[in-house]
Amino acid sequence: MQLPLLLDLLLAALLVIGTAFALIGSWGLAKLADFFKRLHGPTKASTLGVGCVLIASMLFFTFAPGANGASLHELLITLFVFLTAPISAHLLVKAALVLDPGARPAPPRQQGRQKSA
Amino acid sequence: MIVTTLLPFAIAAFTLALLLNAYRLLRGPGLADRILALDTLYINSLALLILVGIHFRTAVYFEAALVIALLGFVGTVALSKFVVRGDIVE
Repeated sequence: MQLPLLLDLLLAALLVIGTAFALIGSWGLAKLADFFKRLHGPTKASTLGVGCVLIASMLFFTFAPGANGASLHELLITLFVFLTAPISAHLLVKAALVLDPGARPAPPRQQGRQKSA
Repeated sequence: MIVTTLLPFAIAAFTLALLLNAYRLLRGPGLADRILALDTLYINSLALLILVGIHFRTAVYFEAALVIALLGFVGTVALSKFVVRGDIVE
């Protein structure tokens, strides 16, 4: 089986980008110092990595020889992961703040004049 | 094809990512770190299943990936809610 060269290159680029993002995100999860720094790696990078891999899969199964029509069902996972990743990150931060209330930064000092009452 | 030669390397890289997540899951130190590691673990394993599906040219693995996506999110929400509220269904 053969794919057109341009499509082949596009798929290869998507795979490399997605894999690099996922690997860097997981590396950040393993390496960074405390929880709130660790949260940055996976929530941003992994979602983009999975997105690239899913787009690559979608293109592959659409244009591979023997495919019948567009293969759009990967969009389900892409949409679901993109919708749920911020929600789970938000819930994780709330859980971390409950476990360690000292991690919450101090509220900002009130700026300007005090309101006369 | 470039893609077919590249796929084993991508699968290996995702396996390495899974190992890094497992390290954080076992090491901790906090409960929130472990929940975050589980969250990343399911997202990466989902991508790994998609890659294996491309490798073997079958759509069978797609359903497994979809179920992992749904149940993984429910699991993360349940764990976080248990930590915050002390109960899952109130």
